[in-house]
Amino acid sequence: MTHMPSIGRDDVARLADLARIQLTDEEIDRFAGEFDSIMDAVASVSEVATEDVPATSHPIAMTNVFREDVVETTLTQEQALAGAPEAQDGRFAVPQILGEE
Amino acid sequence: MSTAADIELVDYDEAIARFDPVLGIEVHVELGTATKMFDGAPNIFAAEPNTAITPTSLGLPGALPVVNHRAVEYAIKIGLALNCSIAETCRFSRKQYFYPDLTKNFQTSQYDEPIAYEGWVDIELEDGEIIRVEIERAHMEEDAGKNTHVGGSTGRIHGATHSQVDYNRAGVPLVEIVTKPIPNTKGRAPEVAAAYVRTLRDIFRALDVSEAKMERGNVRADINVSLRENPEAELGTRTETKNVNSFRSIERTVRYEISRQAGVLDAGQKVIQETRHFHEDTGGTSSGRPKSDAEDYRYFPEPDLVPVAPSREWVEEIRTSLPELPAARRRRLLGEWGFSDLEMRDVLNADALDLIEASVAAGASAPSARKWWMGELARIAKDRDLALPDLAITPAQVAELQGLVDAGKINDKIAKQVLTKVLDGQGDPAAIVEQDGLAVVSDDSVLTGAVDQAIADNPDVVAKIRSGKVQAIGALIGPIMKATRGQADAGRVREIIMEKLGVS
Repeated sequence: MTHMPSIGRDDVARLADLARIQLTDEEIDRFAGEFDSIMDAVASVSEVATEDVPATSHPIAMTNVFREDVVETTLTQEQALAGAPEAQDGRFAVPQILGEE
Repeated sequence: MSTAADIELVDYDEAIARFDPVLGIEVHVELGTATKMFDGAPNIFAAEPNTAITPTSLGLPGALPVVNHRAVEYAIKIGLALNCSIAETCRFSRKQYFYPDLTKNFQTSQYDEPIAYEGWVDIELEDGEIIRVEIERAHMEEDAGKNTHVGGSTGRIHGATHSQVDYNRAGVPLVEIVTKPIPNTKGRAPEVAAAYVRTLRDIFRALDVSEAKMERGNVRADINVSLRENPEAELGTRTETKNVNSFRSIERTVRYEISRQAGVLDAGQKVIQETRHFHEDTGGTSSGRPKSDAEDYRYFPEPDLVPVAPSREWVEEIRTSLPELPAARRRRLLGEWGFSDLEMRDVLNADALDLIEASVAAGASAPSARKWWMGELARIAKDRDLALPDLAITPAQVAELQGLVDAGKINDKIAKQVLTKVLDGQGDPAAIVEQDGLAVVSDDSVLTGAVDQAIADNPDVVAKIRSGKVQAIGALIGPIMKATRGQADAGRVREIIMEKLGVS
């Protein structure tokens, strides 16, 4: 059986950072445990997926589904911004972007 | 996380004497398709914000991507032009990161299966040396939207209170071309980096897959630089300076990073693997974010798209249809035109190759086309702070002007006046000569009058000529040209004088 590495507190903290969410210490503990049981469940799939079963990214064996390079109907600016929490000058307004450029 | 701000830059030549720089360059090119990579929104540069979009461009729930056939064709063209192998099958992947210019929180890109891989391109340096750059891969992906930072004094993030996002650019097809490490460039690293990007830019234009305007961001370069103690040592830690947008900035970036990294190493510190930003005003780079590891992007195959498997027939069809590439074209034109290597290089640097070729196609001889574009027109362009192609004159007009000179209708001096009038928008050369009565005067009745006057005014010169000093004729021709506003047919004037004075 394929061994799945267990998920520790550090892994959860790192994932939270990548996902831009803030977790309390208690949440980190809880998720570490929960992720572990998810990983166990996934591990049972690995038992079936032996080396002679190729990895697949799509359930249907299709290739080359293309669209011709032709302009289709677009949204108006009003429609585009309809769902925006905030808009300004025809653009989506988002909170200050920190720490990166 | 950033290096100490007080790192002292090492003098460039000294840094090169003690360290061996290695380059790596990633070039993004926006493809000139009519629509975006995965949806039918128009791929246009200038539009009202958030109008060139569909639900797919915005990543709205339920919207699904479909691959643009032409974008794949263009990517294959680029791959073939860079001597790459074209994948028998390849797929798209999701590259996850959070930034407001991506609505989906992932960029649809290619990861482990790029469409093109393992190629090379030869670049020519200023002195004619050819360097081969190895290409690792070229892959397809989508561009992101555009952030405008508001509230800061300089439009930068620093000090901004919030940001505005326009998604018109989101989903525009990109091809990213990644080199293998480029070693052995030594002190020429800055020149090699710029020449490589210029070579790619010229190839994109020749292939007609992109307008490839640097200033518009159609072509953007990320410049990786690392230093090692000697060419046998292992590669040092690299930095990646993002989105450098002009050839001059590319050179300055490489130069600065070499000086800076040498300073870091001299101070006994380690170069930190990070992205950096180039600043046009200071010519320096500053620390951005620490470079994410590939695993931080948590790539996985895009489940909404099926693999792209270009048939070998299609690939060969595209290969056959490839136009003549810039390097081959330069060699051919060099042979056809008979320019010296130096003349040819000047022509290339002045962006005059297309203009001269078009002038020749319109009937001018190659030397005369070069004379106009590299002489008078280059001078005027410089005075007006314009690039040659931006002058308000067409190659056909240049050819027409030269045609008038060749036919003896106007002389070189008048031709320059006509040129100025063309540039001022007064019309085509022949029409200007006609309207303004600038044609050479070879009508004997007019010329004879002027000759008689000159002979009467200059008895001493006449005496010299009669005594055998034929070269003194020039002293008579001057006033005659003046009397005819430069339009006299100098050859005919000379004949008339000699007839009148009975010399030969």
